[in-house]
Amino acid sequence: MFYRFKASVFWRIAALALSIALLFSLAACGTTTEDTTDTETTTTEPVVETTKLVLASTTSTQDSGLFDVLIPAFEEAYPEYKVEVIAVGTGEALALGESKDADVLLVHARAKEDAFVEAGFGTERSDVMYNDFVIVGPATDPAGVKGMTVAADAFKKISEAKATLVSRGDDSGTHTKEKAIWKAAGFEPADDWYLSAGQGMGDVLKLANDKLGYTMSDRATYLNLKDTLDLEVLVEGDDILFNPYGVIPVTDATNMEGAQAFADWITGAEGQAVIETYGIEKFGQPLFIPNAS
Amino acid sequence: MGVIWDAVVEAVQLIGSGAPYLFEIIFLSLRVSAIAVGIAMIVGIPTGYLLGVGRFFGRRLSLVVVNTGMGLPPVVAGLIVFMFLSRSGPLGDLRLLFSTPAMIIAQVLISTPLVTGVTAASIASVPLELRLQARSLGASWWQEAVLTIKEARRGVMAAVVAGFGGIISEVGAVMIVGGNIEHSTRVMTTAIVLEARKGNFGTALALGFILIGISFVINGLLTTLQQSGARYER
Repeated sequence: MFYRFKASVFWRIAALALSIALLFSLAACGTTTEDTTDTETTTTEPVVETTKLVLASTTSTQDSGLFDVLIPAFEEAYPEYKVEVIAVGTGEALALGESKDADVLLVHARAKEDAFVEAGFGTERSDVMYNDFVIVGPATDPAGVKGMTVAADAFKKISEAKATLVSRGDDSGTHTKEKAIWKAAGFEPADDWYLSAGQGMGDVLKLANDKLGYTMSDRATYLNLKDTLDLEVLVEGDDILFNPYGVIPVTDATNMEGAQAFADWITGAEGQAVIETYGIEKFGQPLFIPNAS
Repeated sequence: MGVIWDAVVEAVQLIGSGAPYLFEIIFLSLRVSAIAVGIAMIVGIPTGYLLGVGRFFGRRLSLVVVNTGMGLPPVVAGLIVFMFLSRSGPLGDLRLLFSTPAMIIAQVLISTPLVTGVTAASIASVPLELRLQARSLGASWWQEAVLTIKEARRGVMAAVVAGFGGIISEVGAVMIVGGNIEHSTRVMTTAIVLEARKGNFGTALALGFILIGISFVINGLLTTLQQSGARYER
């Protein structure tokens, strides 16, 4: 009796599981058909043998959404390459270049980039574009930094007020910049109000938003997430907040030709045009200003 | 091979140096996961017992729910906790997001189905005759439950090990709800992600070795406990 009962339970669960699985596969079918039509249209284009091109870049570039238009534009110009973006901190991006796990880098930490090329890990560093950093914080502005024009002074004021400040803390380009500003302020932050998050820009903005704290963000990522945040731009326009991006093909990379093609394309007229127009439609202003020479 | 050897050396040096940074995150990892698995045991073992022996309305559905929960990707658990605790979420006023309690909540959500499910399975495998005999000898429902759980103790211990192992090694959920804040919510797994992201693969791997070492010691202790239990039976 007991075993028969168990068996019937088993079969009923199995039947339930089966019906759930069917339900999901039906839903999946609906989407797959759409997908197939998509792939069909793309495969009607001339078939080209593609090689993989690994682009190591920063989370802030990824979070800004630029790659969503930049990469398809590049792949259209060079259909022989399939770009794989690895969005990490600048520190790891450079390490991926050093170990030749990436073919080309698009990063923003000038001093580290120059050292990277000097050490022979990259062939050459070229200017691509720049944007700027802004200091954002809650509208209530507990430290009263709104409208200040010198970033170091603003940081000092935040530290004096012991207001929460969230740092990237991950050796990224943004973190490197933040440390430079602390240095300019002549201050080493290490206290309860200073939160070292060790996460990407988008996550740090969310953290600052929740902790009602300040943080320094690149403008692009901030604008992209603005609608989900209660943070406002409080300090901007200081020269130290200038944020240049460089492209570096990796020496002896797996896909050297692709790396060079990408570097040439992004610094060329086509790539620069994509960068120049990105963001105008959505934010009313470009997120990056192209400056390749 | 050189890279890996370097990491091993670095791991030994890190432990040897007694860096407070290291012990802080090890201690936090253990504390958060131990509290979480403790809560998961309090909830999961009685629930698992009821699901294992019971015949009540909704038992089948409950089993399906628990088994689905066992397969719940931890990062989804983290996302759910994040949305509830976020300032704009229903429990936002508690201001718990990016704190250790938030991490414990997420880990409880991950480990409770594991503890419950494995306990239920091991309880269900205890012969019905044992409980019938206990009942005929006048055991109360409470005595019957304790006897059954004792009989299934190896399975229950496996449930606890599964629950603990599932959360001490988990990174997605604690990253989302904890925020990986230094001196506050940084645990071993999130520290590994951070060091890797910085490009410090040696340090990251060193931390990984320490995590494996801790798991080894804990599982060793629990296995010894299980084995000594087995000896008593003879």
